[in-house]
Amino acid sequence: MIRYVIRRVALAIVVIAGVVILTFVISDVVPGDPAASWAGPHASAAQIARARHYLGLDQPLAVRIGKYFAGVVSGNWGTSIHTHRPVLSDIGTVAPATLELVIAALIIALLAGIPLGLAAARWPGGALDHAIRVGSVLGVSMPVFWLALILQLVFAQRLRLLPVAGQYDPNLVFSHPLTVRTQIPVVDSLISGNWPMLGSTLVHLVLPALVVAAYPVGVIARMVRAQVLDTVGEAHVQMVRSLGFPERTVFGTFAMRLAWNPVAAVLALVFAYSLVNTFLVESIFDWPGLGSYAAASVSTLDTPAIVGVTLFVAVIYVVANLVVDLVQAALDPRIRLR
Amino acid sequence: MTGTGVSRLGRFLRANPLIATGGVIALLIVLIAIVAPLVVPYPADAGAATHPEMALQPPSAQHLFGTDQVGRDLFSRVLAGARVSPVVALFVLLISCVVGISLGVLAGYFGGITDEIIMRITDIFLAFPPLLLALAFATVLPANLTSLTIAIAISWWPWYTRLVRGQAASVAGRPYVEACRALGIPSRRILLRHVLPNSVTPVIVQVSLDVGGVILTASALSFLGLGAQDPTPDWGLMVAEGQNYFTTQWWLVTFPGLAILITALAFNLLGDGLRDVLDPRRVLVR
Repeated sequence: MIRYVIRRVALAIVVIAGVVILTFVISDVVPGDPAASWAGPHASAAQIARARHYLGLDQPLAVRIGKYFAGVVSGNWGTSIHTHRPVLSDIGTVAPATLELVIAALIIALLAGIPLGLAAARWPGGALDHAIRVGSVLGVSMPVFWLALILQLVFAQRLRLLPVAGQYDPNLVFSHPLTVRTQIPVVDSLISGNWPMLGSTLVHLVLPALVVAAYPVGVIARMVRAQVLDTVGEAHVQMVRSLGFPERTVFGTFAMRLAWNPVAAVLALVFAYSLVNTFLVESIFDWPGLGSYAAASVSTLDTPAIVGVTLFVAVIYVVANLVVDLVQAALDPRIRLR
Repeated sequence: MTGTGVSRLGRFLRANPLIATGGVIALLIVLIAIVAPLVVPYPADAGAATHPEMALQPPSAQHLFGTDQVGRDLFSRVLAGARVSPVVALFVLLISCVVGISLGVLAGYFGGITDEIIMRITDIFLAFPPLLLALAFATVLPANLTSLTIAIAISWWPWYTRLVRGQAASVAGRPYVEACRALGIPSRRILLRHVLPNSVTPVIVQVSLDVGGVILTASALSFLGLGAQDPTPDWGLMVAEGQNYFTTQWWLVTFPGLAILITALAFNLLGDGLRDVLDPRRVLVR
């Protein structure tokens, strides 16, 4: 196990180093002059030269890669052209809101996806199985930004059942001020017992979280179905069945136990994909997170910010994959031998 | 096709209604893409024409899907959109296949240091969700469809490399390939004649599953303002442009978005069904 852990961690470090180099390549192939856009449209040649020197663009490539690497490791991820603040501290400010949204979406996806997958596997080929299959393909085919706009129009603008946008009702701040501890409003209002605020944050979460959940629900349901059907076909389960145990026992005791396995395997993947989907959804719901920050950076062509966000999400994805692999290896000795 | 061929195809489609549905719709979309300039009611509206006096009219007999913010017929633009993101997807998949399959076959066949270098580079690209890496590249490249195609292809090829490499490695170890080597046949010939044709089946399945995903990715990037620019009739761009008028003019966002959904759904149903038939063990994850 220790050998497996060392090998897996070493591989992750190599990949992250590669990811850093690739993000450097992205920030360095910028057509146009970053120094000029930094200095602004009316800058003189001298000001642009000063900006170039300030940004370190007048140094040789190898030196710049080295500096970039050292900067990334020491937490200096460059300065946003748009906000003129350090990119990493910008990301730190917006990340909690996105974490709240993605976790809410994944909870919905797990609560819906696992039972749906189990139901589909319980009666394969039945009407329910077909409906779930079509539904999951629909979820994977959905342009999330469009779904967000449609749901917002129907449930918020027309039916007025849910709030249009934002993380909570801004008026509540006066009567029930939020005690900020974790930067995540749902958690903050929960631990400080601020019930009206908690209600408001939860109601505001519904639409964006449902939209972000559309993709993972389908993926999780499909994975669970496939894994359970595989298990049900295996010899030991057939044995239990041939001994005359009722189908409920066969299913509940043996097949379901393995349903968690494929979910763990895709969890890192759906987490990363949901994170990227927030780039398309957050600005629609005025959600003050990483997605809104990324979308704003795209529209202002703020390369350092985009590269920073890209690096941030890629590192999270690599680490999430590492954690999932290690947990699976700890639970299933067969994986360590691969 | 012979008579028995047709009836066999008919039986197959009846037994697989999802493939049939997806296939018919996908075929229809391809057809629309081909004939769009000839059949759309207002061909000029698919381009730079503007009719400010006709702006933002609701759907009617003259304008089935209504008109947009500069008075262009939305129906014409949505039909013409079948030539934008699906064509981007076509080129993305073509580039990704050429690059991904070549590298995968080389890595799998030669093994050793070649394999190690190619696969570690592949790992780095796979560390990014495709939409994210494409977004980063599309941001630094000039905003047009060529950049969009390149940006998505850069993030798509590694999936095929990984898929082909495993297959090629197993083919490389088979007796007939060893026999070829023993006969002194040059590597290039073995690769092209034996390893390549025997390694591409899983890629064919994966490509059919990926068409929908690439169209969604291209639309998403256009929605963010990367890729297609006005007046290109791109579905994602149309949704983005309609967003500001959406609360009062629902048709602007609804129809282009539906076009994206239906196209992605058709290709996903088709790919999903083909996967079940050709390779039942893989699951749709992207």
